[in-house]
Amino acid sequence: MGAPLPSPGVGPPPAGDACGSCALAPDATRRAKPGGTKRSGAAAPKAGLGLDPGRYDHVIALAGNPNTGKSTVFNALTGLRQHVGNWAGKTVARAEGGFSYGGAGYRIVDLPGTYSLLSTSTDEDVARDVLLFGRPDVVVVVVDATRLERNLPLVLQIRQITGRVVVALNLVDEARRHGITVDTRHLTRELGVPVVATAARRGQGLPDLLAAIAQVATAEDPPKPLRLVHRDPALERAVADLATQVEARFPGVPNSRWVALRLLEGDAGIESAVREGTLGELAGDLERAG
Amino acid sequence: MTDLLDPLLQQAARLRQGLPDDVGDRIVESLYTDASRIAETSVDRDDARAKLTVDRALDRVLTHRVWGFVAMGVLFFGVFWFTIAGAAVPSDLLYVLLVENGHAWLQGLFAAVGSPWWLTGLLVDGVYLATAWVVAVMLPPMAIFFPLFTLLEDFGYLPRVAFNLDRLFARSGAHGKQALTMMMGYGCNAAGVTATRIIDSRRERLIAIITNNFSICNGRWPTLILMGTIFVGAVVPPALAGFVAAGSVVAVVIVGIGVTLAVSWLLSRTVLRGESSVYSLELPPYRPPQVWRTLYTSIIDRTLKVLRRALVMAAPAGAVIWLIGNVHLGDASVAAHLVTALNPLGWVIGLNGVILLAYLVAVPANEIIIPTIVMLTLTLGANTLGAAPGVMLELGDDAQVGQVLVTAGGWTLLTAVNLMLFTLLHNPCSTTVMTIWHETRSVRWTTLATLLPLGLGFAVCALTAFVWRLAM
Repeated sequence: MGAPLPSPGVGPPPAGDACGSCALAPDATRRAKPGGTKRSGAAAPKAGLGLDPGRYDHVIALAGNPNTGKSTVFNALTGLRQHVGNWAGKTVARAEGGFSYGGAGYRIVDLPGTYSLLSTSTDEDVARDVLLFGRPDVVVVVVDATRLERNLPLVLQIRQITGRVVVALNLVDEARRHGITVDTRHLTRELGVPVVATAARRGQGLPDLLAAIAQVATAEDPPKPLRLVHRDPALERAVADLATQVEARFPGVPNSRWVALRLLEGDAGIESAVREGTLGELAGDLERAG
Repeated sequence: MTDLLDPLLQQAARLRQGLPDDVGDRIVESLYTDASRIAETSVDRDDARAKLTVDRALDRVLTHRVWGFVAMGVLFFGVFWFTIAGAAVPSDLLYVLLVENGHAWLQGLFAAVGSPWWLTGLLVDGVYLATAWVVAVMLPPMAIFFPLFTLLEDFGYLPRVAFNLDRLFARSGAHGKQALTMMMGYGCNAAGVTATRIIDSRRERLIAIITNNFSICNGRWPTLILMGTIFVGAVVPPALAGFVAAGSVVAVVIVGIGVTLAVSWLLSRTVLRGESSVYSLELPPYRPPQVWRTLYTSIIDRTLKVLRRALVMAAPAGAVIWLIGNVHLGDASVAAHLVTALNPLGWVIGLNGVILLAYLVAVPANEIIIPTIVMLTLTLGANTLGAAPGVMLELGDDAQVGQVLVTAGGWTLLTAVNLMLFTLLHNPCSTTVMTIWHETRSVRWTTLATLLPLGLGFAVCALTAFVWRLAM
């Protein structure tokens, strides 16, 4: 495991003497404000979303359903030892930290735990905006191995946005106790991105996770965003039609089908990104990677 | 509508019209179909080894309509009893070490270097004594309470509490997740107020913020535990004292939950009217807590941080107490003037002027209420006990603290009971008030959240005192 960088950027910002036991919710100031994100995103996407790499080489976003051990993975990667509770929704403020691995510095941003990116809550908006406009170098999706079926919808949604994904199949120790085995190689093939089995509480699988993160972060040609074909022919036609127009308007946007889907659903955040031209900036990603 | 000006959005709107109304549902459905296909082909289940039944059996009891509440009561009672019984010995040890010996040693040292009386008074009798007091009184209970609470949290019990309380909160017109922010409040109200961000509806979030102060934060636990131990526990035979003391603390917690529900109900029917949101609460699997790690993190993260804050607050408070006890205006000290002025109000609500003055001094942090009360009582009752003003007598243990309060302060069981109620019902500490303002950005709501508990405290204490005096 990489040693944590001894810099002021490591770990959640100090809470001052705001309160003693708020190991759980220290940061009131740096959380992306709902609503404000989109606007500031238009000017300088990465900085506005708190994803400015600063003196780090790569930026990682940590996503996942609530209560999958996301915070434990975060602590394990950054070497922080903050208490992590066993209940959903405990990460109220966004934590960030850093570590170094293989000579490169990584900045890691913990996203709120969400079940989807369908924009039904502030948390989902924040996560969606960071993933779409923040363009992190790697998205680590933490998945509960004992509840794979309930966790996969989020993975699939993130995969539709980006190919720079590593899936951390966490809690495999617990799954084993319950008699559940997950075929990670099959899952890797289905999702088209690395799937690493971990038991973050015991530190198992972390070397593999770090290696996978490094590989995706430096990949010249990351996997393309996932294309999910819809069984409903009318919907599929509409998506294909609109995606073509999204590409015509914003050439080089990597996830035009996903954008089209969101527009068909009337996602207000994506609509304003179209109006303000923020989407166009996503095209730059491809040039940079190529 | 700017939408209409954008050709891409126009096209999207056109296409949407050609699709069925439930297009959103269909997209989600297709996503879940893919997810379940992938999950099915990747997961191999050995049902014989499945231990889910243990979880289910536990949940059947812990989230039962009746037994759930019984289990909750027993568990929390156990935690408090453990804290009270376990903290007694180390507390006494620290007391002898820091307050008795440390204080005498420091006084000797200051006298040896020839420091003027006022400097010795301010630093040794004021700052040092208050700080040493806070360490001796607060550290042992916190070092026991936090790890126990954290073990329950690790085990996965807190969501079950939220589940049990959800029905009650929903009936009060509040959000079920308020049960979780309430639990956070038991650690620290400022943290609890920040935690209300998990509630999306502004109406329900405001209710959660305003009522969070009815969760007793760790700054207030020591007051309750001390009052329960030396006054309520003393009423019964020594063998039962610990149980009765823990019971009285649990009773105050239950009153707090009752007040939370009542005030939520009142707010949601008056100034914060609206619909209750629907949400899903996931009951995570029970996980065996990692005992050593939990001990480590809860001592580092919680106990020491809380203690640090208490010390930062106690030091200046000690100086203030010494100053108001020693600066004279006319024939009496500032403290005496203030206490005399506050005494009539104190009498009406079954407390006294010293307690009210202590609450004024302790606005920055509730942690220092008890040290402030004891020091002020000793200062003003100095004649009866022969102590120097602003100096705490060297009190051997809790029982002696009680004796001082009774003889020098004129305390009765009513004073102790009302102090316990007032500990529950008074204005939030200044840090919490700042946090409330930060989260709501509204002077109006911050004022309400500050004054509503205080007003309730006055009303409840006055009523208790009235009834008590009528009955006695």
